[in-house]
Amino acid sequence: MLSFLFRRLLTFLPTFFGVTVVSFAFIRLIPGDPILLLAGERGVSPERYKELSEQMGFDRPLWAQYLEYLGGLFQGDLGTSFVTKKPVVTEFFALFPATLELSICAILLAVALGIPAGVIAAVNRGKFFDQALMTTALIGYSMPIFWWALLLIIVFSSGLGWTPVSGRISLMYFFDTPTGFMLIDSLLSGQKGAFLSAVRHLILPTIVLATIPLAVIARQTRSAMLEVLGEDYVRTARAKGLAPLRVNGLHALRNAMIPVVTVIGLSVGTLLAGAILTETIFSWPGIGKWMVDSIFRRDYQVVQGGLLLIATIVMIVNLSVDVLYGFINPKIRKG
Amino acid sequence: MADASSQIARTVATAPPGPFREFWSSFKENRGAVIGLVIFASFLLIAIAAPLLAPYTPNAQFRDHLLQPPVWEAGGSWQFPLGTDPLGRDMLSRLLYGARFSFLIGLVVVGIASFFGVVIGVLAGFAPRWGDTLIMRVMDIVLSFPSLLLALVLVAILGPSLINAMIAISIVLQPHFVRLTRAAVLSERGRDYVTAARVAGAGPIRIMFRTVLPNCLGPIIVQAALSFSTAVLDAAALGFLGMGAQPPTPEWGTMLAEAREFILRAWWVVTFPGLCILVTVLAINLMGDGLRDALDPKLKRS
Repeated sequence: MLSFLFRRLLTFLPTFFGVTVVSFAFIRLIPGDPILLLAGERGVSPERYKELSEQMGFDRPLWAQYLEYLGGLFQGDLGTSFVTKKPVVTEFFALFPATLELSICAILLAVALGIPAGVIAAVNRGKFFDQALMTTALIGYSMPIFWWALLLIIVFSSGLGWTPVSGRISLMYFFDTPTGFMLIDSLLSGQKGAFLSAVRHLILPTIVLATIPLAVIARQTRSAMLEVLGEDYVRTARAKGLAPLRVNGLHALRNAMIPVVTVIGLSVGTLLAGAILTETIFSWPGIGKWMVDSIFRRDYQVVQGGLLLIATIVMIVNLSVDVLYGFINPKIRKG
Repeated sequence: MADASSQIARTVATAPPGPFREFWSSFKENRGAVIGLVIFASFLLIAIAAPLLAPYTPNAQFRDHLLQPPVWEAGGSWQFPLGTDPLGRDMLSRLLYGARFSFLIGLVVVGIASFFGVVIGVLAGFAPRWGDTLIMRVMDIVLSFPSLLLALVLVAILGPSLINAMIAISIVLQPHFVRLTRAAVLSERGRDYVTAARVAGAGPIRIMFRTVLPNCLGPIIVQAALSFSTAVLDAAALGFLGMGAQPPTPEWGTMLAEAREFILRAWWVVTFPGLCILVTVLAINLMGDGLRDALDPKLKRS
């Protein structure tokens, strides 16, 4: 197990350095002078240009710049936003809880609906339920979620008036946000209606972000269940006269869960990609919207830092899923 | 599987079915896949014949008919069956022309991504250990970024346009082809027929691309189909974010972006372009599932 862990870490490190190279290269790949680009349309005076150039190290050779960049990274320095003048790391961790809250809600919804849907489809293989559920899943899987979001807004926000269109909570409420999770903070604030408002703001973004993972989990659960249901031990359990619910739920599902858990873990990348669109549409103040806004504001230090942080998160989650998988399934460790 | 069916065929018919017949007979078993193929083919026809089918050119503006609802709504008329957009352009014509862009995007992206992906994948499969490791680590790096984010950033570097969006999406999709091809090559490389070809004096290039590659095509074709739908979706998403095709191009995602501020007043400008994207992607995914079942019995439906 230890050697497996070590081997996995060994592939993690070069990839991580590769990612730092990509994010380092990003600003330098944008056509044009990086300092003029960073300064934006306002432009800079020649003195300020020289000062900035020295400050950012653009006057030194590329390898020296990269080493300096790496050195900064290990001290938690990812540069400073040109727009807000705040360190990129500070901005990231201020906004990350919003994305995390939305993503957790989305993945919980996807799991809560996707696994039962997959099990029901597998148990009713080829019958009406299976076909209906799998058709729905395929539609969800094919969904352009930015359009789906607009449709939901048309129906539930403007049509029925049930849910708000944007933001995390109604502007009526003001309170400290010690955890950054609006659901928790609104409860802590003790203000009447604040929690409900936070929930109402979460509903549509959660549905939108959950749609594709939900479809993937349902499809994956179905195929994993079908495989397991054909195994001898399931037949034995049935032959013993165990109730179908016990056979399907306890014997089959437990073993079918292994690939499903992997899929859930690996959907972090999908969630973060989906967060870009979802947060932009619902004005959700998380890192997805932050990245899009920064690209449009040409705040390239932020884009560079955000790119690295997001990729690192995806890599760490994938690594953990791999290690966990190796822990559950000894066959993988050999690989 | 292939052996069994060809054996049955030999006893029943006089000649064994060709690879295409065999593929078709198992593809047509899947009702969804056939429906997908029919929809896909009709969209392709629409894309080709758009100038003949469309009542107007996509950018013709009718100033007296801004945001006119579709024909079945109050205020609609047969002059503009699906209504008009905020600039008074005919929705139907724009949607028909939009099909062209989606197919162009799908074809170009899958073409670039699969070509480079397959070549790099075959090279990785045959490369010495260090070369293989190097290639796969580079692919891991690309895959560490959420695909849409990387595509967005690449477009930010290249500048927002349809062509750059296609290049960006190709780069993002390409590692999947590399991984798949390499895995297939690795499992084929040690087979007897490869050794036989080598003994017979085939050079390394010939062995790679003439001997081994054709036997790896099944999963690659399936991946190509699925990538087509991803390409259409991602290009529309980029267009929606303003980083893909630029207005007034009648690309479906771009049309949605332009229509966004009117969603509360004119549902049709938002609904139809998205519906086109959904139906196209759905049709391709249905076909992809059918292709997978037909070409690669080992891969389960997931």
